Amino acid sequence: MNSLTAALRFILLRREAGIAVMLVLFSLVVSAIEPRFLSLDTLRIVMLAVPLILIAGMGQMMVLLARHVDLSIGSILGFSAIVAGMAFRDLPEMPWWFGFFIATFVGAALGLVNGAVVTLFRLPSIIVTLGTLSLYRGVLFLISDARQVDPQYIPRPLIEMSQTSPIFGIPWIIFIALTIALISYVFLDHTRLGRQIYAIGSNPVAAPLRGISVVPVTLLVFTLSGALAGLAGVLYASRFGYVNPSITGVGFEFTVIAAVVVGGVSINGGVGTVLGTVLGVIFLGAVSVALPILGVSAFWRDAIYGAVIIIALLIDRSVRESGIRSATLEARA
Amino acid sequence: MSDTSIPKSAVQDAAPVRPRWKTILLRPEAMTFVLLILATLGASLLSPFFADIAYILESFTYYSEYAIVGLVLTLVIISGEIDLSGAAMMALSACLFGITYQAGYPISVAILVSLISGVAMGWFNAILVIRFKLPSIIVTIGTLTLFRGIAQVIAGDRSISKFPSWFVGIDYQYVLNLPIPVIVFCVVALALGVILGGTVLGRQIYQIGTSAIAAQHAGIRVNRIKTGLFIGMGVASSVAGLLTASRLASVRYDLASGAELQMVLIVMLGGTYIFGGRGSIIGTFLAAWLLVIIATGMTVANIPINAQLTVLGLLLIISIIATNIIYSRTQR
Repeated sequence: MNSLTAALRFILLRREAGIAVMLVLFSLVVSAIEPRFLSLDTLRIVMLAVPLILIAGMGQMMVLLARHVDLSIGSILGFSAIVAGMAFRDLPEMPWWFGFFIATFVGAALGLVNGAVVTLFRLPSIIVTLGTLSLYRGVLFLISDARQVDPQYIPRPLIEMSQTSPIFGIPWIIFIALTIALISYVFLDHTRLGRQIYAIGSNPVAAPLRGISVVPVTLLVFTLSGALAGLAGVLYASRFGYVNPSITGVGFEFTVIAAVVVGGVSINGGVGTVLGTVLGVIFLGAVSVALPILGVSAFWRDAIYGAVIIIALLIDRSVRESGIRSATLEARA
Repeated sequence: MSDTSIPKSAVQDAAPVRPRWKTILLRPEAMTFVLLILATLGASLLSPFFADIAYILESFTYYSEYAIVGLVLTLVIISGEIDLSGAAMMALSACLFGITYQAGYPISVAILVSLISGVAMGWFNAILVIRFKLPSIIVTIGTLTLFRGIAQVIAGDRSISKFPSWFVGIDYQYVLNLPIPVIVFCVVALALGVILGGTVLGRQIYQIGTSAIAAQHAGIRVNRIKTGLFIGMGVASSVAGLLTASRLASVRYDLASGAELQMVLIVMLGGTYIFGGRGSIIGTFLAAWLLVIIATGMTVANIPINAQLTVLGLLLIISIIATNIIYSRTQR
């Protein structure tokens, strides 16, 4: 009995428990109002809404873990998508899967620039990436000549990745997202480098004293965030069938940050898990799918995302405070 | 040289006093001023329009709204915090103004509603940052999404217009040959400049930014001052929102969308230190004109608005790097 309550306590005290409970409660409330919500079909729609957020969210999570923020991912996504789209359009003989490499590489390069400026000049990442957010968007207008890449240029097999499925009727694009999440989990939890990201975020002063090279790890984190946003860019072309310089990826960063923060990743660095982020992403996806089902105007979405960020910050704060309090009590006992 | 001279080693220990011209030139504001002159010269080579002060004043009205918010943001950043939600507060307060007027209330009531909403939004930010001790940088990312989201909820995607004719077109109303938005900007700059540079409160703001804990121990009411600054941000944003509503003769939820970049850029170009404790209103004042000259110059040179983002983003990064280097040199 005692061990059972202890186990229960252990599970409930994990950060992911809160978001999982929220997700379940939300689904119950919505399906009580509109029973249609609780169906496999809804699950499919939710899962289709989130792969881009999930992929970019893995990168943003690593950035937050290292106690930084990357506001430029929306522009990186747009930039990579445009470059890949233009390659599809202007180099028709190129094999279509090459687009993945182009987009990921472009994203990684842009992310590396972010990391280089942040580490080289020791600047706050939020201001630097606010700058590159508009810098990248501006350059993408220049290189694309402000022209949209129209649907007929996006390769059929790429578009089909969002529609056809290898097994269980789950589209390829969702498999890609889940694979990225799995790799991120292994990387963060089971490699030395992954743990070093946590170490840097938990205590940036102590990390170098423990022999961790902060600069290369920080560079890596920003590069990964950029690369994943780039990958999300080519999947944008797959999912939506076009790339538009003034639409693709605009405001994407706020959605991703909302998802990651809701998933229990602390903005103070060092705290957060892949599972939590996945749940956070699914929660936001469920909210955006539930709104039209409930007959609520889609205009509510941004307000809800904003409120969700603030609530998540407050929860994170109270969890941290009670953690500190119980630790002090235990130390005294 | 007699033997009463000071030992050589002691002379070497003391750093030589920097000549006054050097300390002035090393201030980032001086850099802003030099850039302003260079930009004006460059722009007037580009187009004879720039020799015309009336043209510059007219162009300034398009940016005066961001510049007014930028002035208050300067104080917020000097005090060691940041507020990225200014543009969203502009949009929400302007939409509240439009909704209230459309509901049949007189325009004075609508203006009051907008100003009160500014106070409320600023206060909301302050509560989250000060009462709940959350980092302002992330809090205001949350509230910027929230405020603009609420604006979208109350205004939908239609634009609210049909304001009375006397309210519309404040940028074409002149007092002393100056457009009213320019006057508002100058008055706010003067007031904040005096507060920051000439009062105890101003020194306290610098002290909070240098070390909030030390300031607290020195008996400065840190929380009260920071709360006041966040509320000031809200009020300045709602004034800017009203000016924009008057200039455009309509409001929409996407008013000033993405303008957090321009606001932060004006402050950073003016040489305010991103980590707090240093900066000046005169710098922000000059930077606002610099930004206007650069942006208008690009428009005259037929560079599309979207491509101008490249330059603005680059300027933001360069200006924080430059300011950082200057301050780290003069820190000792």
